[in-house]
Amino acid sequence: MRVKFTVNGREQTADDVWEGESLLYVLRERMGLPGSKNACEQGECGSCTVRLDGVPVCSCLVAAGQVEGREVVTVEGLADFARQRAEHGGCGAGVCGGKGTTLDEAKGWAAKPTGTGDSQAGEQGTSPHTALSPIQQAFIDAGAVQCGFCTPGLLVAADELLERNNQPSDADIREALSGNLCRCTGYEKILDAVRLAAARGESETAGTGA
Amino acid sequence: MDFLRPASWEEALAAKAEHPTAVPIAGGTDVMVEINFDHRRPEYLMDLNRIGDLREWETGADTVRLGASVPYTQIMENLRAELPGLALASHTVASPQIRNRGGVGGNLGTASPAGDAHPALLASGGEVEVESAARGVRMIPIDEFYLGVKRNAMEQDELIRAVHLPKATGPQQFSKVGTRNAMVIAVCAFGIALHPETKTVRTGIGSAAPTPVRAKEAEAFLAAALEEGGHWESGAPVAPSVAKQFAQLASGACNPIDDVRGSAKYRRHAVGIMARRTLGWVWESYRGDGRTAQGGAQCA
Repeated sequence: MRVKFTVNGREQTADDVWEGESLLYVLRERMGLPGSKNACEQGECGSCTVRLDGVPVCSCLVAAGQVEGREVVTVEGLADFARQRAEHGGCGAGVCGGKGTTLDEAKGWAAKPTGTGDSQAGEQGTSPHTALSPIQQAFIDAGAVQCGFCTPGLLVAADELLERNNQPSDADIREALSGNLCRCTGYEKILDAVRLAAARGESETAGTGA
Repeated sequence: MDFLRPASWEEALAAKAEHPTAVPIAGGTDVMVEINFDHRRPEYLMDLNRIGDLREWETGADTVRLGASVPYTQIMENLRAELPGLALASHTVASPQIRNRGGVGGNLGTASPAGDAHPALLASGGEVEVESAARGVRMIPIDEFYLGVKRNAMEQDELIRAVHLPKATGPQQFSKVGTRNAMVIAVCAFGIALHPETKTVRTGIGSAAPTPVRAKEAEAFLAAALEEGGHWESGAPVAPSVAKQFAQLASGACNPIDDVRGSAKYRRHAVGIMARRTLGWVWESYRGDGRTAQGGAQCA
């Protein structure tokens, strides 16, 4: 069957989709977006977390046919999503007039160097697709990435947490990330990263006088 | 496999009548696991996500009509006052990602003894609204809904539309044993609800029998003890001996098995502990509320 839906702000079509196929499979195998990871396929690990109409879900548990006409944001579109949210006040993924992220941009995004120094986020404003989202930058700066397999899911989940709660308590962070497993880090650095992103968001707001 | 996409409830009923083997999928948190692991290859998969009113709830004077697909996240956030036991149980369901998708309709449809909503539903009491194109709406009392391991009282051509639950008139609690706080299937679970207006107590036990069950003997014993001691009026503490007996009777209502998550012996034991603890919690809460209502006689 054919499934049409919005991925990272752009309408996409997938053909010859098997009726029992998951959204995760469509994203990875049909659209070439391998950022969302395929691990447990039973909703245990959270490494396939994406936003479906803004809501974090395990894409392995969403049937492809269920996303017809709906909006999906993957980790590949997270930087754009976060940037547009910052610019348009809470609206991401191109729904408020942004142009979104093409599949090619999304595919290329991961391969691009994210910078040379230790403060790459703000210095490459001319090419938005090379800029990291605040949560991505915080994960790097806090050393929250080891093997990296769980990272995409954690980024999507953590970004959504900070979107609804920009000053989360440790309990809030643990709760929000409780569906994402990491086998390397012991989670402490991940918690650090979310605290760091929250603190940076806070100081940015303070700086603009908002 | 065919993918059916009914745009309305009527279309869904018609499709289910035409294809009784169609597997409804809403949150997908059970169905997709079975498909991903090749445990199930339904002839028809029927998506219920396009039927918006399944995700709505209405709060009436005495009851809440909860749409079958209202996600657990919404129950936690919006129905804590009306359905405290179910809201607590919802909070223990898996992870945020799963709670954003799964709902009570799926728990009921799957009818696994380990479904987290069941103990809360049994303790609350209520009815499941199912419907078929041929015979219309049928209200199934929750006590008659669970028939066996993953078997419920529904006919093949029926779909779950909503559950009707009485708004809580007294404290409710829920407790669950698992290896960690998130992402666990219950080793066993216990729900309790005080119903002061009828001076009754209802309970629900999960994962400790082929179906979710009530501990009816324990309920009757406790109600009699509370009545006899004038506890509903006085709010006096429940005697430890009463709590102990309640716990033993709750334990006795179990008919568990040994499996990978726990032994039958452990489950019986843990259900007794949870029964005693949750009784303590609800009764403290009842006493607190009662005294506040009577003019704050409670000392600091």
